[in-house]
Amino acid sequence: MGYQWDWQVFLQDTGGGERYIDWMMSAWGWTVTVAALGWVVAIVFGSLVGVIRTVPSAPLRILGNAWVELFRNIPLLVQIFIWYHVIPALVPAMKGLPSFILVVFALGFFTSSRIAEQVRAGIQSLPRGQMQAGLAMGLTLPQAYRHVILPMAYRIILPPLTSESMNIIKNSSVAFAVSISELILFAMQSQEETSRGIEIYLGVTALYIVTAFAVNRVMAFIEKRVRVPGYVGAAK
Amino acid sequence: MSSLDYSIFTWELMRGFVMTGLAFSVQLTLVAMFGGILLGTLLALMRLSGLKLLELPARIYVDGLRSIPLVMVILWVYLLMPLILGRPIGKELSAFVTFTIFEAAYYSEIMRAGIQSIPRGQVQAGQAMGLTYGQNMRHVILPQAFRNMLPVLLTQTIVLFQDTSLVYAIGAYDLLHGFETLGKNYGRSVETYLAAALVYFVICFSLSTVVKRLQRKIAIIR
Repeated sequence: MGYQWDWQVFLQDTGGGERYIDWMMSAWGWTVTVAALGWVVAIVFGSLVGVIRTVPSAPLRILGNAWVELFRNIPLLVQIFIWYHVIPALVPAMKGLPSFILVVFALGFFTSSRIAEQVRAGIQSLPRGQMQAGLAMGLTLPQAYRHVILPMAYRIILPPLTSESMNIIKNSSVAFAVSISELILFAMQSQEETSRGIEIYLGVTALYIVTAFAVNRVMAFIEKRVRVPGYVGAAK
Repeated sequence: MSSLDYSIFTWELMRGFVMTGLAFSVQLTLVAMFGGILLGTLLALMRLSGLKLLELPARIYVDGLRSIPLVMVILWVYLLMPLILGRPIGKELSAFVTFTIFEAAYYSEIMRAGIQSIPRGQVQAGQAMGLTYGQNMRHVILPQAFRNMLPVLLTQTIVLFQDTSLVYAIGAYDLLHGFETLGKNYGRSVETYLAAALVYFVICFSLSTVVKRLQRKIAIIR
């Protein structure tokens, strides 16, 4: 291989008074921020939708199922364009919102459909008796969910939730399409400016791997801390 | 609420802008599906071979690709292919290569689960019959693994079809690009993005309904 490496590229000035490495680090920050906020949106809506898919009321269940099908069957990129180009055009109140917020919601709602599916599966994997015991104790339905069902369900779905948390880091890369200055946009633009694509891409790829690994470790730690002795997944 | 104008969705314009894009998206999906399942099965066999020399590269390949975003892989291939081949390659060809090697990582995990789900007795029965490793795989294990995993493989293919929209990163002309170009040319971006979402939804939703039905059918027979 006669390739001439030039790692100095990261120390070059971008022309804006900062070096490429600084730009890359701030891009990493954007990637993590978009993913983290999207994750919060996804957990909130995913839990809500997952729960209403298991309640006795049929209209609520249908609403929950429709939500999941809608956000699962349209590509994330198309959803981002809808949030960015279509919704502000149709809803004047949304016009002033920065694209960053729109992307967070796009990513969050997209991911919420997958989390809703996991929450539903987690709830339905619990023995019926748990809910019945809760109700027999005189808990209301929301109380039974809050104190009996959900604490168990969340623990059960931690492993799939871990892979979803790693997915959202990867999926946040699609934000480049609406000019969020995250890692992929950094990679594309600095590749063009410096023509040192291989070094730049290696840097970005390494950051993605590091991030995914960190998320994985954090989730594994949580999993270990909250596990219920003698119950599902407690082995190992 | 600004008024929407659907008059641009004529047969003529759809054929001119959108159909070429749709054809490419479908082609890309099919090529990556067949190529990906083939390469993925090979990788799965390597990982289950019990030979370190085969296991390790397969694991690095699969875990490596699964931990970086598809867009990153799209950019990598588009950057590296011309350097390796010594001549520029088109966006479309680059996309075919990218999606095949990327999806292989995901299909390989599915095939691995499929192979592992086959009861040990089946493997042993094959061996007792005097089948070689290859024969056993070809006639006993893989057909069953493939069949058991068919719904999951197809679900992955639906995800793959959605992911083809990411060729946006290198500007290849796919279904989304078709709608986008139509919208830009006629100043009707809002309508064309909505139409794109609708088309993707209809395709993916109907396919996943078919897969669900198939799943029930397979589940009953087994």
